Amino acid sequence: MDKQPIIEFQHFSFKYFSQAEPTLHDINLKIYPGEKILIVGPSGSGKSTLGYCVNGLIPFSYTGEIKGGLMINGVDTEQLNIFELSKTVGTVLQDSDGQFVGLTAGEDIAFALENDNIPHPVMHKRVKRVAEMVDMQTLLASSPFELSGGQKQRTSLAGVMIDDVDILLFDEPLANLDPATGKTAIEIIDDIQKRSNKTVIIIEHRLEDVLHRDIDRVLVMYDGRIIADMDAHALVSSQVLKECGIREPLYVTALKYAGVKVNSDICPGYITTLKTELSADALIAWHSSIAADDRINSKPSILKIEDVSFSYDGTRNVLEDIDIDIREGEMISLVGKNGAGKSTLSKLLCGFEKEDRGRIFYKGADIEDKTIKERAEIIGVVLQNPNQMISKPLIYDEVALGLRFRDVPEDQIEVRVEKVLKVCGLAPFIDWPISALSYGQKKRVTIASILVLNPNILILDEPTAGQDFRHYTEIMEFLVEINKLGVTIILITHDMHLMLEYTPRAVVLAGGRIIADTAASVVLTDTQIIKQANLKETSLYNLAQMAGIPDGTHFVQGFIDYERRLKNR
Amino acid sequence: MNTKMKLFSYNLVDTPIHRLSGLTKLLCFLFLTFAVMYSYDIRVILIVMAFSIAILMVSKIKFSQIRLMIVYTLIFLVTNTVITYFFSPENGVEIYGTRHEIAHLFGKYNLTSEQIFYQVTKFFKYASVIPLGMIFLLTTNPSEFASSLDRVGVNYKAAFAVALTLRYFPDVQRDYRDISQAQQARGLDLSHKARLQDRFKNALLIIIPLIFSSLDRIELISNAMDLRGFAKEKTRTWYSSKKFTRQDYSAVTVSALIFIATICVSIFINKSRFYNPFI
Repeated sequence: MDKQPIIEFQHFSFKYFSQAEPTLHDINLKIYPGEKILIVGPSGSGKSTLGYCVNGLIPFSYTGEIKGGLMINGVDTEQLNIFELSKTVGTVLQDSDGQFVGLTAGEDIAFALENDNIPHPVMHKRVKRVAEMVDMQTLLASSPFELSGGQKQRTSLAGVMIDDVDILLFDEPLANLDPATGKTAIEIIDDIQKRSNKTVIIIEHRLEDVLHRDIDRVLVMYDGRIIADMDAHALVSSQVLKECGIREPLYVTALKYAGVKVNSDICPGYITTLKTELSADALIAWHSSIAADDRINSKPSILKIEDVSFSYDGTRNVLEDIDIDIREGEMISLVGKNGAGKSTLSKLLCGFEKEDRGRIFYKGADIEDKTIKERAEIIGVVLQNPNQMISKPLIYDEVALGLRFRDVPEDQIEVRVEKVLKVCGLAPFIDWPISALSYGQKKRVTIASILVLNPNILILDEPTAGQDFRHYTEIMEFLVEINKLGVTIILITHDMHLMLEYTPRAVVLAGGRIIADTAASVVLTDTQIIKQANLKETSLYNLAQMAGIPDGTHFVQGFIDYERRLKNR
Repeated sequence: MNTKMKLFSYNLVDTPIHRLSGLTKLLCFLFLTFAVMYSYDIRVILIVMAFSIAILMVSKIKFSQIRLMIVYTLIFLVTNTVITYFFSPENGVEIYGTRHEIAHLFGKYNLTSEQIFYQVTKFFKYASVIPLGMIFLLTTNPSEFASSLDRVGVNYKAAFAVALTLRYFPDVQRDYRDISQAQQARGLDLSHKARLQDRFKNALLIIIPLIFSSLDRIELISNAMDLRGFAKEKTRTWYSSKKFTRQDYSAVTVSALIFIATICVSIFINKSRFYNPFI
């Protein structure tokens, strides 16, 4: 290519003032106009920092030491401020709710124009035009509370496109979206890029989801350096993903299990391009060699929800006729799109809200009369954001808090806290301040602070949200350990990998009703359920179809069983 | 969302009042409030009050929306009346210069017609502001309100902060509820049973996590605003501002006339801020 690059990093390094080591080392990178680039990498690899350099948040909001050069559109960014850069680079941040600054969608889209003193009539015309590009024109008067996650994201996208920027930068666009909305988001980004020929940079660690559509080049970041720069086919065929802890697409994992040699010849970058002529036989042979897992949980019921209905306002039922029977030691996932009633159900179980009808039994006994405090000793809830739960500066005090509220003698508290910290792998940190911990460790502290009350059931809301593959695995394996100790675990989640890998059983809520209560492999291969719960069918199912295996569900189940045996669970 | 969250939200109905620009409503609100604040003439006050209640009807505000606010203001007004009486039971006599005693209560406390008349006037004076305030709050889009503040000379960054607060208020409220529930599950007692000093300590257990999760949010919002050029110019325009129409001019004129009329009543008829029926 002899075109002028639109973004050019030359021996670029960056060190945050607050840190001892540089976050970016000697980056050399050229991105050309109209390219669609994906940047993957584990947490802390510097991929977000790279994005901040492009959009000007570095050095405008985050100061530090810059070495080397960065040219955007042929201009050295040293000569540009964040406002000038924002006319070239439009950034969509990961939290589509938090970045929604307007009171209505229209206002949010207009935000950049307002700041540019664009006259009122012109502004309205331009907002309308851009809203049509992302299909939001009928929702301009809606408030953020009325919009879904996907609609909010489309609003953010329109809000940056209104400036007719050359570069669109997406910082973890999939982080807060359910699988179906995430899939649509990738399609919208792709369509807009194809229509407008803008340069698109997507920063994301969920490789398989982004590879739903074409990507020109994938950059892999690790430890502040770009360690790979190749197309999707070459990338999934290489060892790079494994080395830096990025999850490879599931169908690729299946191909490898089946002994198929994954290289560029079979075009494995996207499920749609994958050539299965040569691998079909191997897949069929592998599939039929897997013995079904016949472990059946025959333990007694621990939590039984019987015919429960609930409404906040007395007219519209948020939950209707809910029946679930959970056995001791189970690990199940509770899925469904936002507003389907998942959180409400967990609130009913904890006693924050009172069911209008129906009954809840713990080990056969009705818990209607139990207070919030009493229920907490049988059912513990861990919120998604650890910052929402941590209220003490020291780990020991944080974990001891629940026991102190219960007037447990201090010598017993010590024994119990030490024990639970050991279980949670936090024993070495017992005297540490919480602020010194990583996100994953904080998460463990919050789990420990609940576990110390000895609940037999643990409900976790999106325990792995926003976590890269390594942290995800760490948290989930930890939960498996706890589960093995006899704690029944209920996971509220959007994450399909989590469902497939860790929870044999999935309960699906839609519109306040249970639409499925069955194996995860069935849920993720049933078109009807997938549609109603905003899920996405797993690529394993597509792989089975492409290889001519008629029973896709059976194939997915086989994969799960195989993997479980491999990991010896 | 539950009904509590709607305490501050304006209701989107299409009425002539909603169609007026936020600036108009702010000006009318100020004119009428100054009118009743200036005058101690109960006739004037009742006329303005009747006028604002009529406007309240036109703007189709439902009683259920304002019930809570009315209850709170009534409690406040009644307390205020009682306290005023106990601190200066002879204030009416001083103002009107006559004394018509109705009954003796106890000690130095007598009930006089002048005091009753004065306090009734004062009660309605404050009470008449309530419908005005409610009309303004409930029929004005907060961003439009911010834009009108900007237009009357308030710094736009300060004006935008008002809109931003209203935007994120429900989010923080939701965080607060989640955190408080999670802490209650751990055994936190928020009920009145706990001792006062414990309740203060307990409140901290909710406020600390709330501050930390809000700090994350603030960093995100300020990044989002920087990235879209907030505060780079000395002025800004507003998507939700409305153009002045004939209706706006008439509304402002009517309110200004009411204000002037009130002043005239005081100067030419009452010859003071007070209307004195006792002479």
